Amino acid sequence: MSTKKMLRNEAPLLEVKNLETAFDIEGTDYNAVDNVSFKVKPRQIVGIVGESGCGKSVMSLSIMKLLPKGIGKVKSGEIIFDGINLEKMSESQINKIRGKDVSMIFQEPMTSLNPVFTIGYQLQEVLFNHMKISKQEARQKAIALLKSVGISRPEKLVDEYPHQLSGGMRQRVMIAIAIACQPKLLIADEPTTALDVTVQAQILELLKEIQAVNDMSVILITHDLGVVAEMCDEVIVMYAGKIVERADVDTLFHNPKHPYTTLLLGAIPKMDEQEERLSSIKGIVPSLTNMPKVGCRFAHRCPKAMPECFTVTPVLGDVEQDHEVACLLYETSKPREGVK
Amino acid sequence: MLKYAFRRILGMIPMLFLISIVVFTLAKLMPGDSFSGEIDPTKTNPQYIAEMREKLGYNDPLPQQYFRWIGKFVEGDFGKSTRYKIKVSEVISEKLPNTLLLGFSSIIITYILAFFMGLYSGRKPYTVADNLIGGLNYLGLSIPSFIAGVFAIFLFSFTLGWFPSNGSIDIGMTEGTFEYWLSRLHHVFLPAVVLGLLSTASYTQFLRNDIIENSRKDFVRTARAKGTTEKKIYNVHILRNSIIPLITFLGFDLVAIISGAIITETIFTYPGLGQLFLQSVGTRDYPVLMTLTMLFSFLTLIGNLLADILYGVVDPRIRLD
Repeated sequence: MSTKKMLRNEAPLLEVKNLETAFDIEGTDYNAVDNVSFKVKPRQIVGIVGESGCGKSVMSLSIMKLLPKGIGKVKSGEIIFDGINLEKMSESQINKIRGKDVSMIFQEPMTSLNPVFTIGYQLQEVLFNHMKISKQEARQKAIALLKSVGISRPEKLVDEYPHQLSGGMRQRVMIAIAIACQPKLLIADEPTTALDVTVQAQILELLKEIQAVNDMSVILITHDLGVVAEMCDEVIVMYAGKIVERADVDTLFHNPKHPYTTLLLGAIPKMDEQEERLSSIKGIVPSLTNMPKVGCRFAHRCPKAMPECFTVTPVLGDVEQDHEVACLLYETSKPREGVK
Repeated sequence: MLKYAFRRILGMIPMLFLISIVVFTLAKLMPGDSFSGEIDPTKTNPQYIAEMREKLGYNDPLPQQYFRWIGKFVEGDFGKSTRYKIKVSEVISEKLPNTLLLGFSSIIITYILAFFMGLYSGRKPYTVADNLIGGLNYLGLSIPSFIAGVFAIFLFSFTLGWFPSNGSIDIGMTEGTFEYWLSRLHHVFLPAVVLGLLSTASYTQFLRNDIIENSRKDFVRTARAKGTTEKKIYNVHILRNSIIPLITFLGFDLVAIISGAIITETIFTYPGLGQLFLQSVGTRDYPVLMTLTMLFSFLTLIGNLLADILYGVVDPRIRLD
């Protein structure tokens, strides 16, 4: 496809380099995101998948500098957005970017809106934060935005309160807030997890439509591989705070390399097969406090684990063009001599 | 909302009726009566006492006595104070302005202090200043008002001489002049601070904890993601939510303003309703005592109603109908 070729040659909009985000648990730092690097190109939809507790949300909050204060912090690494290092920015500088150039929608639409302010107020707030605009104009713009996210009676809804809306409607309002200033990058952290299935499809459709109209990049965090297949150009698979595989969506689905990816794909229920039980991955993601210090973090759950998996830490390497994997089954993942 | 208020007020009538029965019964159960409070039983002719008791209707059946009292009460005749020999309504309205002044001053001091301390502590929890405020508050909560009152009089009246230790006004002031009001404020300040000490402490800690709790909510993260400044997040998004639970206190405050402070008013010999209440107990001035008790009960009900209506005003999720 011509668009995809164009994507490959463009400079990235967002570049995350060696990001390490740590949580302070009883005085000790534990890395929830460990040495993660990736790029997002303009107009690209990047999916980040993995089980709960893999560091997906923490990573997205790190980009927005929204980590819970005093508990989580970015220890090292760079987050270069549109040529600027977000990590080096002060609170007031980042406030000029948040909501304007990068915006975010969250998993829980039920609690993400302030219960005591009207929809209109919360929508106009983002406009007042970033634009010089009169009250009248802001109201008109808010109504137009609500219309653009598929809300049928926007003139009435601007004066209503969040509790009068359903979950799907609230998520639409959140999307309207997020796209109000036409951001270059939208981070959607499991935007449909809390919604029921029919509404999920509508919201994803809406996101895709908005992405095409506004020419923005999207980071879509999800644990639903079906959503990834539908929406994304590129997929990053995360496990226990590390990237284990990265490839474009077709390659990943048809030629997965990492055993974890293979197992994740195998866990998607298939309608055409008569199977009594759903296949699942045994065990759980290790918690932050008992993460293995050396070796592959997936080793103790991996059906293909070899003795060296427990002693040698794999590195992310190109197994083929534009397809990175971190697994010792592949020569490219073996750490080079002298490099830790 | 009017309909709601009207329905609630109607609902108060049976409640007040029940309260009046309790008040009347309690007054009857107390040893002695207003008549024996007026005379010296040891030096009075027992026959005269018996005659007077019969004449005053103390020997009538209890229900008859009750209905005689409540009937007049409903008509607005609260009886005559046995001690002051004037109408109860006059006794109360004489003391009421003092009590209102004390109550309002105390509440204004409380609100201002609690608002700023609570907001600061909530925004910067676990800092030195927060711990200091917290420490002061626990001190305020744990010192009983009669100790705090005596200490305040000792320090600010006797040692430093900044404030008068008793009364509500200097002698020889002309009513209505600027000096008159200044003198009244001067007198009310110390008891108002002592009275407000306890509620300041609880208000502050309550506001602080609610702000901390709200600052962890998802909508705060949304506001940050929109690029809203930290100042606006605290002063608008969080504060607007944290005020809602404080409304509950407001209902009690209304009662506190009127009922005055029995202990504080007595220590500062401040002539208000609290002092009147205590004196009425001592002199068995039952008409005053019963009227005051009914008044305080009525105000408690009104205070609760007001709080419920205010909930509907500040919290859009609550609808009154």
